[in-house]
Amino acid sequence: MRMPFIVLVAALSSGVLAAQQAPDRSHPPQPGPPAPLRLPSIQKQKLSNGLPVWIVDDHKVPVAQVNLVVFSGTANDPPGKYGVASFAAAMLEEGAGSRSALEIADAVDFLGADVGATSTSDASAVRLHVPVARLADALPIMGDVALRPTFPRDELDRQRQQRLTSLLQGRDDPPTIAAVAFSRVLYGKGHRYGTAQMGTAETIKTFTSDDLRSFYAAAFRPENATLLAVGDFNAATVVPLLEKTFGSWKAAASAAPEKLPPAEPPARRQIYLIDKPGAPQSQIRIGSIGVPRSTPDYFPIIVMNTILGGSFTSRLNNNLREVHGYAYGASSGFDMRLGSGPFFAAAGVQTDKTAEALTEFFNELNAILKPVPAEELARAKNYVSLRYPSSFESTGDISRRLEDALVYHLPDDYFAKYVQNIQAVSAADVQRVAQKYVQPDRVAVVVVGDLKAIEPRIRALNLGTITTLSIDDVFGPKP
Amino acid sequence: MTPTNGRASATPLFHHAPKPRHNPTFCFVSLAFVVLKSTVMKCAAALVLVALAYPAAAQTPAARAIQLPYSEFTLPNGLRVILHEDHSVPMVTVNMWYHVGSAREKEKRTGFAHLFEHLMFMGSGHVKPGEFDEWLEAAGGDNNGSTENDRTNYWINVPSTSLELALFLESDRMGYLLDTMTPKTVDAQRDVVKNERRQSVENRPYGTAEVVIGEMLYPAAHPYHWPVIGYMDDLTAASYDDVVGFFKKYYAPSNASLVVAGDLQPADARKVIEKWFGDVKAGPAPEPMTIPGASLTGVQKKTITDRVQLPRVYLAWLTPRHFEPGDAALDIVADVLAGGKNSRLYKRLVYDMQIAQDVNAFQASAQLSSSFQIVATPRPGHTVADVQKVIDEEIQKLQREAPSAHELERAVNQIESSFYNRMERVGGFGGVADQLNAYFTYTGDPDWFNEDLARYRALSPNDVSAAAVQFLPLGARVELTVEPEKRP
Repeated sequence: MRMPFIVLVAALSSGVLAAQQAPDRSHPPQPGPPAPLRLPSIQKQKLSNGLPVWIVDDHKVPVAQVNLVVFSGTANDPPGKYGVASFAAAMLEEGAGSRSALEIADAVDFLGADVGATSTSDASAVRLHVPVARLADALPIMGDVALRPTFPRDELDRQRQQRLTSLLQGRDDPPTIAAVAFSRVLYGKGHRYGTAQMGTAETIKTFTSDDLRSFYAAAFRPENATLLAVGDFNAATVVPLLEKTFGSWKAAASAAPEKLPPAEPPARRQIYLIDKPGAPQSQIRIGSIGVPRSTPDYFPIIVMNTILGGSFTSRLNNNLREVHGYAYGASSGFDMRLGSGPFFAAAGVQTDKTAEALTEFFNELNAILKPVPAEELARAKNYVSLRYPSSFESTGDISRRLEDALVYHLPDDYFAKYVQNIQAVSAADVQRVAQKYVQPDRVAVVVVGDLKAIEPRIRALNLGTITTLSIDDVFGPKP
Repeated sequence: MTPTNGRASATPLFHHAPKPRHNPTFCFVSLAFVVLKSTVMKCAAALVLVALAYPAAAQTPAARAIQLPYSEFTLPNGLRVILHEDHSVPMVTVNMWYHVGSAREKEKRTGFAHLFEHLMFMGSGHVKPGEFDEWLEAAGGDNNGSTENDRTNYWINVPSTSLELALFLESDRMGYLLDTMTPKTVDAQRDVVKNERRQSVENRPYGTAEVVIGEMLYPAAHPYHWPVIGYMDDLTAASYDDVVGFFKKYYAPSNASLVVAGDLQPADARKVIEKWFGDVKAGPAPEPMTIPGASLTGVQKKTITDRVQLPRVYLAWLTPRHFEPGDAALDIVADVLAGGKNSRLYKRLVYDMQIAQDVNAFQASAQLSSSFQIVATPRPGHTVADVQKVIDEEIQKLQREAPSAHELERAVNQIESSFYNRMERVGGFGGVADQLNAYFTYTGDPDWFNEDLARYRALSPNDVSAAAVQFLPLGARVELTVEPEKRP
């Protein structure tokens, strides 16, 4: 309860006096009980064509966020066509309805809006962010982009060159090389997760307008989509606007989604070295096949990973950065998707300490298999759960939470129960999931660095079988 | 100028990378799923520049005016405090700016302001090493800091019921940092910072170009000549005694400003701020800086090599300081030249001719001097000369004729939108608290949002071309080319 006003004034007037006495600094102030979580209320409706719409009023700033999410992504790319979803999404803004690419860009920029179309592993989306006063002007453009793309031939060629050059430039960047190589060695060429979302030069060169159209037709259907609207409006005012743009959208053909083959974790520890002559740091990735987002171990994994490499005080960051100074930072994570995405530990470490850093990585991957002290566990649980409200702060934040709920079929009470589910994780849970999913003897290790300087000492560690990969092995031949 | 982030930490589990506008390759986010926060921030920084260069508004009249109510007071020790209430989520942020950056560094000690920033997280009189982060994480808090040429900032985001913990920690390091500082602490963070430099400069494609641009734009004695991250030898030379001297000179409460914002009651917040900062001793004001002049009289040309596939050209000019006449017009020049697909350089180089992979232009505004830069990457089979020829033609065209009313309005509309977008988050880098502190530091007025926006609304098409004439002469600039390193 707050102090009555009069008492407050008295307290303030004595502020100078209070300031002269040093406060007791012998113990840090203890946090009060956390404020109750106030979740945005989601109104779920349907447009006349059956398209579901989720609406959240958020009146803090006069802006609007509208996302059309479709439940097909790069994981649905057919074999031989890796990259088609990502390419198709990028093409939506390159010609739609009666508008050319330049007309779309000009109209969007003139409204001070931001329109983007992207594909990730499990979904694709067209997202609009705009001052709410201009929402009615911006929606018809978004509607064209999402519902009436034209895939013009000359724009396709432009986008193709852009992507090929981008892949070429990826070969310059050690973190990118490490990430692409890590996926490839874990999942192989035959699994979608083993190739970058953008695809390869080989596939990008082959895509035709028909390839893009067929992905679009299978993915962008009202039955396979949901519309999200978060912003400074209410359902009564915004639904008619959404109805006008999306209400007459009809289904086109549908296609059976691609099924992902199961991915097998490495049977033993395998080391992959990639040469980057002259590099002052080595980029390290260590990990295995992780878990799907639907794992029943979700909450224990989040807590375990927070302790291992998911926060500043985590063991990996503390060891490699604060204790040894080998790196600017070290982290770990589980990239959870509809299928089992990778588990990874990662850092860029100074070249002359690469072998020492690898040893410390394995020290930590082994140590997390043992019971975690109570204080460390409590800290990790609080770190994840007490700041949870901030993940609902901006209209973009809220819309991303809703997208996660939709794409991963999270239960209605998921947000409301999040804090208690995190707090319920025990030390035994953490140890169990660490032993189940970390498995330091069955990981792939990728190191991108100056092999002349680092290879002899890595070999001397005897970590496992060593394979040397070329950049072409990772990216395919230069485009 | 590029801020240097103090701390790396883990990638969020579901990292939704921001979509780079019209320029999917600049940050190359699409392929990388493992990125350290530092890398993310680098990308974010580039995107912010693009966003500012784009920044933009419309046939529909502007929405409601931006209002950020705040209150302000000064403690007896000289600390300026700004409070802002926002109850949308039950979190508060404690945002401290020290009005010192790399521009205050001594000879042979470049990178020191940033190294010092790292030491601010290593404990203080009543906080043992490690406890700063442990206590905050145990309370559900996050924190970070960054260093630029002219300032160093620190923020702590916590649930509102842990406000006092955040104030205790922030005040303890302001008052008692040296009580626990040791040469060993300095050594440990020296290694971390050297790795930050390796990661963000030496091992990053084109990373050294930014350093060289500063060296070419400014004479050796000018404080913008050297990079915020510093040179390796100088980082090696930094000593414990330097830390003591720097703290006493620049970390007094009167050289700082504190914004506390979020889910708070101002009267209650004031009480606890007075409680925790009241015993921090006042210190002397830093001596005024004497800044040597900087001017470019001719073309400064240089070519460097890097481990890259494609060359890149950087053109740079010295331009008016942040908020001075010409500064806002140059933001518009940047947008007209390279903001969005219809911008003149993007349309010609990337869209029509398809001889460049990307082109960016931005006014890098700063307190002592700004620079305007145009950066472009030729596609395979095309040269820097091909690209630069087109860039110069378009600069000259903009100098000859004013942009259309539509081009100007498109740019101003985007800037106006960016002002709303910047209101959506209270804490962290670039949140409302950080902006209040920035405006306070650079203009003396925390709520300078409308004045800032008015600078853009006041511009006419002629002002834009006049700025291009006055500040972007082809004959007085830096021309830096990065060529791919040839390896046997």
